Formats: sequence, structure tokens, C-alpha cells
Amino acid sequence: MISGQFDAIIPMLCVTLAGLVVLLAESFRGKNENMPIGGLAIIGLLGAGAASILLWNSNAESFGVVTADNFSLFVNLVLVGVGILTVIFSSHTVERDRLPAGEYYAVMLFAIVGMMLMGQATDLLVIFLALETMSIAVYVLTGIRKDQQQSTEAAFKYFLLGAFASSFFLYGIAFLYGVTGTTNIERLSTAIAAQSMSGNPMILLGAGLLIVGFAFKVAAVPFHMWSPDAYEGAPTVVTGFMSTGVKAAAIAAFVRVFLKGLDPMIADWAPVLWWIAAATMVVGTVVGVAQTSLKRMLAYSSIAHGGYLLAGLVAGNDVGKAAILFYLAAYALTNLGAFGVIAMLGTRERSNDDLRDYAGLWHSHPVLATLMTLFLLSLGGFPPTAGFIAKWYVFSAAIGSGYYGLAIIGVLSSVVSVFFYLRIVVMMYMTDRDARPVPPPVNPVALGGLVVAVAGVLYLGVLPMGLIDLAQKSITTIF
Amino acid sequence: MPGLLTLAIVSPIIGAILLMFIANRDGSKDALIRYFALGVSLITFAITLAVWAGFDSSASAAPFQFVERAPWIPAFGIEYYVGIDGLSLMLLVLTGFLTPIALLTSWESIEKKVKEFSIFMLLLEASMIGVFCALDVFLFYVFWDFVLIPMYFMIGIWGYDQRIYAAVKFILYTMAGSVLMLVAIIGLSWMHQTMTGEYSFDLLKLYELQIPEGTQYWLFLAFTLAFIIKVPLFPFHTWLPDAHTQAPTPGSVILAGVMLKMGGYGLIRFAIPLFPEAALYFAPVLATLSVIAIVYGALVAMVQPDMKKLVAYSSVSHMGFVILGIAAINVQGIQGASYQMLAHGVSTGALFALVGMLSDRRHTRTISEFGGLKAGMPRFTAVALIITLSSIGLPGMNGFIGEFLIMLGAFKWDPRFVVIAALGVILSAVYMLWMFQRVFYGKVTNDHNKGLPDLSFREWAIVGPLAAAAIGMGVAPNVFLKPMEPAVQRIVDRVQSRQPLRVEAVLPKTLKPKSRVPAGDRPAPTRPQDLTTARPETVVAEVAR
Repeated sequence: MISGQFDAIIPMLCVTLAGLVVLLAESFRGKNENMPIGGLAIIGLLGAGAASILLWNSNAESFGVVTADNFSLFVNLVLVGVGILTVIFSSHTVERDRLPAGEYYAVMLFAIVGMMLMGQATDLLVIFLALETMSIAVYVLTGIRKDQQQSTEAAFKYFLLGAFASSFFLYGIAFLYGVTGTTNIERLSTAIAAQSMSGNPMILLGAGLLIVGFAFKVAAVPFHMWSPDAYEGAPTVVTGFMSTGVKAAAIAAFVRVFLKGLDPMIADWAPVLWWIAAATMVVGTVVGVAQTSLKRMLAYSSIAHGGYLLAGLVAGNDVGKAAILFYLAAYALTNLGAFGVIAMLGTRERSNDDLRDYAGLWHSHPVLATLMTLFLLSLGGFPPTAGFIAKWYVFSAAIGSGYYGLAIIGVLSSVVSVFFYLRIVVMMYMTDRDARPVPPPVNPVALGGLVVAVAGVLYLGVLPMGLIDLAQKSITTIF
Repeated sequence: MPGLLTLAIVSPIIGAILLMFIANRDGSKDALIRYFALGVSLITFAITLAVWAGFDSSASAAPFQFVERAPWIPAFGIEYYVGIDGLSLMLLVLTGFLTPIALLTSWESIEKKVKEFSIFMLLLEASMIGVFCALDVFLFYVFWDFVLIPMYFMIGIWGYDQRIYAAVKFILYTMAGSVLMLVAIIGLSWMHQTMTGEYSFDLLKLYELQIPEGTQYWLFLAFTLAFIIKVPLFPFHTWLPDAHTQAPTPGSVILAGVMLKMGGYGLIRFAIPLFPEAALYFAPVLATLSVIAIVYGALVAMVQPDMKKLVAYSSVSHMGFVILGIAAINVQGIQGASYQMLAHGVSTGALFALVGMLSDRRHTRTISEFGGLKAGMPRFTAVALIITLSSIGLPGMNGFIGEFLIMLGAFKWDPRFVVIAALGVILSAVYMLWMFQRVFYGKVTNDHNKGLPDLSFREWAIVGPLAAAAIGMGVAPNVFLKPMEPAVQRIVDRVQSRQPLRVEAVLPKTLKPKSRVPAGDRPAPTRPQDLTTARPETVVAEVAR
């Protein structure tokens, strides 16, 4: 490594650099020249992944505000995976939808930088910085289809509500700083513990405002209103990216702030998050049942999955922390895959995400239908898929902390969610194709990405012990 | 070298994977796929028979045999841990026996997407075998949950008009019960962790937990709900008639033949021995529901115009007997229940196959559409009569042994239940014989019924073994009962040793069975602790992963 001071930010540097190169490359591109810009992005992401692996166990720290502990490196690797799969799925949609390739990939990479920083930051203000870096990039991505009213509308809604939530977050930081005199998470924890301030109303207010900010980013009820609209309006691949990357980053920071910084007052915030988690699971699944657009349906499903993740956070034990990491990885693969399939079936004019569009897909695209089914089974938590192990893991954490009620709400809501996942399966397999135009041919590169995702989903479902061990090792260093 | 049980689980999976690479040529003449799937299922059947041949059914043998274990998720003590006792052995063989038969019934009734159908069937077989072999509770749950997926597709894709409704209802009902069991399983492992300091999903270790009674009730209810929905016990049976009427014939054969047994097996293997006090406490509730199921199922069956629905409701009634025998928690009762499960698997599987054959010929299953079939189809009628009688429980047939043992066991426990259950025996004769009479006897009133072909060679291959099994099980019940006995004895001892006084208070002293000997007087080998001390011997093979 170059020097100790920069070690921890090397993964982010790699991605930033790739983003800049992508921008430059785009400006040198001839009018109809074909340039593998996505490839450049992948190289940068691979570099970040390699750096994360090299930094493993090093516990490097930069400037006292960024750390590279195993927890954040695990999240980094998940984000790298999310990024690579997103780029792969984008390769044909960028062309199909005539998106500005350079800007698209560059903004996406900058968003990933923000996400990584969220996982790695150990100071509340840096987390805020990361949050904004990520959010602004994602607002842009949401509205990148300037020719579509829906996309612009979604971006604007997302931006307005997101800015609102950010200010809540910042306000929360201000309160915490006002009482404890620090924004550093570690010192925050010692300050609260030392002066036993857990009942202090200012601290409670600060923690509450932070919960609002985070709950908004993970789309937890009742701060989820933006997500169905934003998810539906955004280009499908971007939706997949948002629903996995943003969620992973927000949850990582959430875990760090609440299970490290505010851990001494867990008795105060755990009941609040209990209700938020329960409401998120129930609303996500129950409202999901009523949707007819696949993107909206998966938006609600992704809200519900946020609830399962929060259940791990409420549990607050070591099993829960590791479970969250495992869940993030499993969920990222699964959800990206599902959105990848939807993206592949869209056309420039229509995203083809209505439930009816999937009627008889089995007959026209048997491979895609099979892949989609596996992703949906994993989302629904059926063995032998990653989704099952992940659900078992978080509920195991919740039960281990005595939250039987939360676990029962969780498993029952997952039965409800199976109902709407199966509606898609019913359409694909058990309904005859009506007179809709046949969806476009399959793009081989994107199909390759889907196959990789499915292989990962099945691998983690059958042989999860490797990743479980890794997740367990990841949490030992920081908590 | 993997053991026989692993082979039995894996060979259908390998078969299914290989099938994926065979090109699908739609149409009823897809002979390659059909013979291949049949071959795989026959190989699996041969493996299960080999397991039976190698099984030591003497009372002194190790409680679980053919044991294989390898760590799976070591961080939580989850293992790939399989092994069988006499109880699971019989259900294993039943699965092996019925799957090729179900595949054969698909040859006429399934015409589109034969490849996918065969893949689902083989995956279903593998997971059902897994359910009966798993001794790790987590592993059990994985198989238990997976079973739903192929069956869901089978009903949903190849079923009749209302198939989607039936398939979704089937999967949601059974899943709602199962997920609560998952919570209970996790709770159990945490209890093991707090009591012993290590996570474990090992069933035999979990047997040893001393769970407080209040907790037992909740855990028992969670497990039992999953199982009685599967059985299905009144009032959780409403998914079954829909699933059966809409499922294609092979789906019905497997559903009635094997899948319902997973519920009874789960009760005997998991719910009752894991939570003995709770089991004794709730036994009267289960028994009450079971006699309601017996009578209600029979009464509803009687008025069904649709043959398949009639057989489905008869399943509700017959499986009610199974629960009654289990609820008695004595050797006769549980042995009878296990035997009844096998018998019901054979005779109801056969009934669904026969109904399927009639429906293939006439494209209707309404009883009033038929009549006088005996004239044109004498052989078919003869086989149908054998199966009908075996389903009714005629002495000398398989149905009789199970019901008799169940009532014997239940009588020792509480004769009041038997009085009502016996009504079910009479009613079953009423609805089955009445259906038989209306379909096969009398004059041919409908011209469509003239000149229907009699049993073909393929159909003989389906109903022949089933009819033979129905008679064989009735004539030589000990072949099947003997391997079960030590297993059942162990489970009964485990439960009754917890509360020896309770049953004595209810019953006259003259009926005192061996199992109710107070804990101190029992001979050493039946003590529950022996399950763990004996385990090292049971490790016949160990696979390293």
C-alpha cells in the first residue's frame, strides 16, 4: 500500500477513478463509435473488489473518519457485486433506450462511491456526506430517461422527499452533537455510556431524527411512500440498482450508527424499530398483493425485505449483525436478478412490466421464465435458495433476542409475499399468452449475468456455510 | 462413498438434471423422456428396497440405521444428517413404490410439457424421501418446504379448470402452517444453545431437552399446526378437496399416497416425542378433531357427485383415523396409524389412478355419467372392487389392519372416541360401495359408456402392483408391522415416561398395557437416554464433505 493514511479509501478511489475515466472516454467517443464504456466501469469495480480483499483484516483507517474494517469491506464486496451485475444488465438497455452511456455509468460509479463511504464512515457527518453523494447520483439515475415523463416525475419526487429526509438526518446529527459534543460514532457511544444519557430527551430526539433519515433511505414504513413511484419510474436496471445498492449502504450505516454509536441506549430505540420493522414487513407484503405492475410489486417486496433486515437490526445480537450481512448479499443477487429479467423484457417504448405482459412467458422464453421463477422463489424464501437461508438467519437472530412476535409477523408476512410472487409465476406458467407483441430477443451478455446471479442464489441456498462464516468474521472486528 | 439414503435422495435429482438436457418434443409419444423418468424412479425404488433388505428390524438393533452425517452449516450446528428407523423405512419404501406408478399414470393424462412434468415429479420424490430420512430438524424443514414447489407446479400447470386457484390455495395453506414450525424450530435450537452452550438441530439431541411445560405448549402447537394442515385434519382440510379435484391424476396419486403422510409422520417423529407433556395435554383435542374428521369426511364424501372429490373426502376421513391412533400415544395406536398411512397410500393412490383412467376414457368424473361399466370392463371392475374393499377396510385387506389397531389403541386410551370413530367405518362402506354400485353395476344408461376399452397393459402395470400390495398388506401385516415396532415402542416410552400417572387415572386397571409401566420399573433399553448413548453404533457410514 502507498501510505497508511490512504489505505482505507483505496476501494473508493478505484471506483472514483473509473468514474472519471468513463466520463473522459465518453467525451473522446466519435459519433457512432462503439466503445466498451461498461467494461471500464467493471475494471474499476473489480479493482475496488480486489482492494477490499487485500484490506481484509487490516482494519485500516483514514483521516480518523473512514475505516476499512471487515464489516465495511463485506458491504463493499456486496456493492461491487451489485455494481458489476448492474453494468452487465445495463449493457443492452443503455443502447436500447439511447441513454448517454458515459454519464450513466459515471453517475452510477459515483453513487457506488457514496454507498461504499456510507459503509466505511465512522463519523456522522461523513455518513451524511456519503448519503448525499449517493442520493444525488441516484436521483440523476432515476431521471436519466429525459424523454420519459414518468422517469422525470419519479426523479423529482424522489429528490424532494429525499432532500427532506436528509435534512432530518442532519438535524439529528446536530442534536447528538449538541449533547455529546462529538460526531464520531465511537466517541458518541462512550459519551452516552459514560454519562448514562439514555433517557435524555435531546439524545432521544436526535436518535429519532436519525431513524427517520435512515428509515427513508431503506424505505421503511411509514417513510416508504417515495419508493413505489421512484422504482416504477426509474429505468428498470436502475430500479434494481437502487433497491439493492442504496438499501445495502443505508442498512450498513444504520447498523454502524445504531449498534455501535447508539448501542448503549438500545433499550430506547429497539421498541421503536420493532414497530417500524413489523409495519414495514406487513405493509410491504400486503400492499404488494394489490399491485399489477411488476416493478411496483417488486418495489413493495423490496420494502418488505427492508423490514426483514430491520428485524436483524432490532435483534441487535451478533447473529443479527452477521445475518444482515448475509441477507444483503443474498437479497442483492436475487433482487438484481429479478429486475434484470424485467429489464430484458422491456422495449424502448414500454417497460413491459405489467403482470399481463408475463402471460405465457414460459412458452416464448422458457429460460427467462425459469430464471425469474428461481429469483421469485428466493425472494419468497423457499429452499434451496439464498432467500431461504437469509430469512432463516434474520429470524433466528430475532428469536435469539426473544423477539418471537417479530419473527412470527415476519414469517407470516412472507407467506403473504409468496402469494404475489406466485401471481407472477402463475402468469408465466399457467396462463396462455394473449395477443401482446412478443417480447424482444434475449441479449446474451445480460443473460450471462442472470445465469451468474441464479448460480449464486442456488449456491448460497445449498452451500451457505462459506458466506455465513465470512459474515460472522466480518462483525467481530468492529462491534 | 455415499450411503444408500443419500443415493435415494440424490438419484432422482440427478435424473431430473439429466432430463433437462433431453430435448422436449411435445406430444404423447415422448417415449424417451417417459422411459427415462420411469427408469430413474425404478432405480430409486430399487434403492429403497435395498434399504429395506439391509434394515435390521430386531428390537436390539440400533434405533436409527443407515445413518450418514456431515456438517452443513457448522456455525449453527446444522448437519446433513439422515437415518431411518422402522417408521421412516416403510414410508420411504412407499414413496419409492408410488412414484413409478404415478409416472405411469401420467403417460396418458399428461400430454404437454412431459419433460418438465417428469422433472417436477422426480424432484418431488427426492424431497419426500428427504423428509422421511432427515434427522436434522433444519434439513427436515428444507425438504418439507421444498416439497410444495413441484406439487404447486404440477397442480397449476397440468391440472383441470380451477387449477390456479387450487394450486395457490394449496401452497399458501400449507406454507402458513410450515412457517410457524420454522419459528418453533429456531426457538428449539436457541433453547438448546442456552441450555448446553452449542447450537444444534440434531433431533436426537433436541429430544433430550427439558423444555418448560408452558413453552412446550406453544412449540407443540406450532409444529402440530404444520402437520395437521398437511394431513389434513378437520377444520384445516379445505385445501385438500380443491387440490385433489384440480390436480392431474399422477399429482393426486402422490398427494394422497405420500404427501399427506408427511403430516402424520411429522407428528409421530417430531411433535409428540419433542414435546411429550404438551402432546399428552393436547391429545384429547387432536382426538376430538380426528373423530370429527372421520365422521364429517365420510358424510361429505357420501354426497359428492364427483368421484375424485369423493375419494378426496374419504382421505379426510381415513387420515382422521391416523390422527386418532397417534393421539392415543400407545404402541397399538401409533403402529396402527403408521400402518394405516401405508394402507391409505396404497388404496387411495390406487383409487385416484382408477378414477384417472375412467376420466381419461370419458373426460368426466361425475358419478351419474357412469353406470353399468361392468359389462364392458370386467377386469377394470374386478380391480376396482379389490381396491374399494381394501379402502373400506374389509378384513384380510390392508385397510382393516390399520383401522383395527388404531381403534384398539384408542380404546385402551379412551373408548368414547372409538365409539364415534367406528361410525366412520360403517359410513366408509356406505359411500364407497354406493359409488361402486352406481358406476359399475346396473344397466348401461349412457351410450358413451358402451365399448370403453378394458385395462391396457400399462394400466395393469399401474393397478396390478397396487392391488397386490393391498391384498399382501392385509394377509401378511407383520412384514410391515415388525420393523416399526421398536421405533414406535421407543417413541411411546419417551412420552409416557414423562407422565405415567395420567393415563392410569383414566383407565381400568385390567387394560394396563406395557407402555404405562412407571418410569422406574421399565427395562433399561427403553430409557430415552439410550437414544444418545446408542448413537455411536448407529453411524454406519459417514460422508465427509
